Amino acid sequence: MGTYILQIFNGISVSSILMLAALGLAITFGLMKVINMAHGEFIMIGAYVTYLVQNLFIHLDKSLFGLYFVLAIPASFVVAAFIGFVLEGTVIRHLYNRPLDSILATWGVSLVLQQLARSIFGAPNVDVKSPGWLEGGLVLHQGLQLPYKRLFIIALVITCILGMFVLLYKSKTGRRIRAVMQNREMAESMGINTRRVDAYTFAIGSGLAGIAGCALTLLGSIGSTLGTNYIVDTFMVVVLGGVGKLIGTVAGGLFIGTANTTLEFYTNTSLAKVLVFLLIITFLQWRPKGLFNISSRSLDE
Amino acid sequence: MKKYFSLKMRKRATGMISATLMAGLLLTGCGATQTTKPAETASSSGDTIKVGILHSLSGTMAISEVSVKDSEMMAIDEINAAGGVLGKKIQPVIEDGASSWPNFAEKAKKLLQQDKVATVFGCWTSASRKAVLPVFEENNGLLWYPVQYEGMEASPNIFYTGAAPNQQIVPAIDWLFKNKGKKFFLLGSDYVFPRTANKIIKAQVAALGGEVMAEEYTPLGHTDYSTIVNKIIASKPDVVFNTLNGDSNVAFFKQLKDAGITSEDLTTLSVSVAEEEVRGIGAANMKGQLVSWNYYQTTDTPENKEFVKNYKAKYGADRVTDDPIEAAYDAVYLWAAAVKKAGSTDVAKVKEAAKGIEFKAPEGLIKIEGENQHIWKPVRIGEVTEDGLIKEIWSTDKPVKPDPFLKSYDWAKGLSN
Repeated sequence: MGTYILQIFNGISVSSILMLAALGLAITFGLMKVINMAHGEFIMIGAYVTYLVQNLFIHLDKSLFGLYFVLAIPASFVVAAFIGFVLEGTVIRHLYNRPLDSILATWGVSLVLQQLARSIFGAPNVDVKSPGWLEGGLVLHQGLQLPYKRLFIIALVITCILGMFVLLYKSKTGRRIRAVMQNREMAESMGINTRRVDAYTFAIGSGLAGIAGCALTLLGSIGSTLGTNYIVDTFMVVVLGGVGKLIGTVAGGLFIGTANTTLEFYTNTSLAKVLVFLLIITFLQWRPKGLFNISSRSLDE
Repeated sequence: MKKYFSLKMRKRATGMISATLMAGLLLTGCGATQTTKPAETASSSGDTIKVGILHSLSGTMAISEVSVKDSEMMAIDEINAAGGVLGKKIQPVIEDGASSWPNFAEKAKKLLQQDKVATVFGCWTSASRKAVLPVFEENNGLLWYPVQYEGMEASPNIFYTGAAPNQQIVPAIDWLFKNKGKKFFLLGSDYVFPRTANKIIKAQVAALGGEVMAEEYTPLGHTDYSTIVNKIIASKPDVVFNTLNGDSNVAFFKQLKDAGITSEDLTTLSVSVAEEEVRGIGAANMKGQLVSWNYYQTTDTPENKEFVKNYKAKYGADRVTDDPIEAAYDAVYLWAAAVKKAGSTDVAKVKEAAKGIEFKAPEGLIKIEGENQHIWKPVRIGEVTEDGLIKEIWSTDKPVKPDPFLKSYDWAKGLSN
């Protein structure tokens, strides 16, 4: 019994991680149709920022160490968003409407960022010690423990999604972003500065990846290739969920996460991945635009 | 250590390798009457002897291979400071394999044909070794390979200074059986090193009368182990034998600890986690877990104290030494000793002279086995300590003879073909 409860929890937890990693991508992909292969590297940047904040706190008072993680979340958002902003201004904006070029160029950017991380932080993985208050877990009964870290990530994901919901659907900025997503030309003729919308949307998307990186330091490795471990799953979530819709990312993440863990439990890890891929491909045959998509009146679609 | 071929493909590859080997033998047979090979004159001309260093300095394998390159460079510097070999300084030519196996073959060709190096120190993954093997055999080059691996190979053009399976995996299973229990859970990354290692382990456990509860493989770079941990909890093994490689180890140990399982509840023994990897995993996440290698930074020999001191002085106090780093350092000294004994850098002469050469390495006295060009090494089981180092808890009293094809074990019959 405990095994099954834990397995359901694992499914939700893996889904939440996928949603967090994919949230930023869904927005940039949805808005600009730029396939950003460097998205994983923004996750990596978030992880390294967390590492730096941790190191800063190690030199400070010991009693404050537990607090570093609270500070690392906004810090990784800000740094990743800033680098995203710079990247958009220098590289990405030349690649709109050139999907193939954008794949190659952003892939190149991802390699450059990886090697840069290697030069700055060294080739081996670094260690981020999780704060004391995230150690251990909620013990339901003997042998059934829900780790606090995973519970924390689920809460963080819910917060991020709610935050994005408010931003996209309840604010002026969000209205502009959605207008550009639905019909760029029309939005332009209505007086929206699409250049600026592009720039800050890309920055927000990158910042969200930074938060994902910060959260992932709790569960996985922190090294220059961190992002590459997540990029494929992240794209799957976006493609399955449908671009440009928050609900799509949530649904896509939930489906892939639970399908993966459930199939992995009954078969094995490699086979589970294959089966999930097959399910997704079959589904996309039926609905090529994914679970949810923006109905648009633009003629070019 | 790492291989990406399937078993079937490996068989085919072995067939191809033996074919190229035959061709290579024919070619060397024809050329044997020549007394001076062009390679020799070029590699040792003037006041220097050129040697190649071929590791991944970029890409995913840079995590492991950069430190190995550092250690080889240190050995070269030390030998040069002591006067070099044959009165000449060793001049390293460094090439980046960039974690791409075809690239390794390309660079190996360049080192042998263009730079005409006397020998090459390089590779980490078994895939890269398999990729350069035909190049070394065709060009009659010499490769020193510093990493423990799955065995079942003995190329005449390669010296293997890491452990063969009988110097790491087999004694570890014996020890676990005596001290920890009979029920094994095998966990590994999904490619040939873990699969070959587990084939060996399954045969050995069966012969010892134990039980393999489950065998799980995850793709390289896999990041979520919650389901695997759940399976481990459900099947209640005595030992998890871990052949995961790379980043997955970090995820596995962090998530194992989060599930409330420590080394007191469950023994794990890893064969691809050394001091360098422990740093990335975090000592707190791995405290008390076991590993099996031939060398640890804490190994208590006078040579090792000197080695660790010099390595830290050269590359920084926060750096650590570990088994492949040490094996790579030994490789340079063993080659230099063989060249001195042969009085030449000629590959055939060096190979002949290398037989039985001994070296007081940081891990203890080691010796080259002429029969298969592997190394006699001591075996050590270690426990990860709080400070991220590894404490030896058991070791063989003498160096163990390398047996890459496990010929001396009855239960291993049928594994090597």
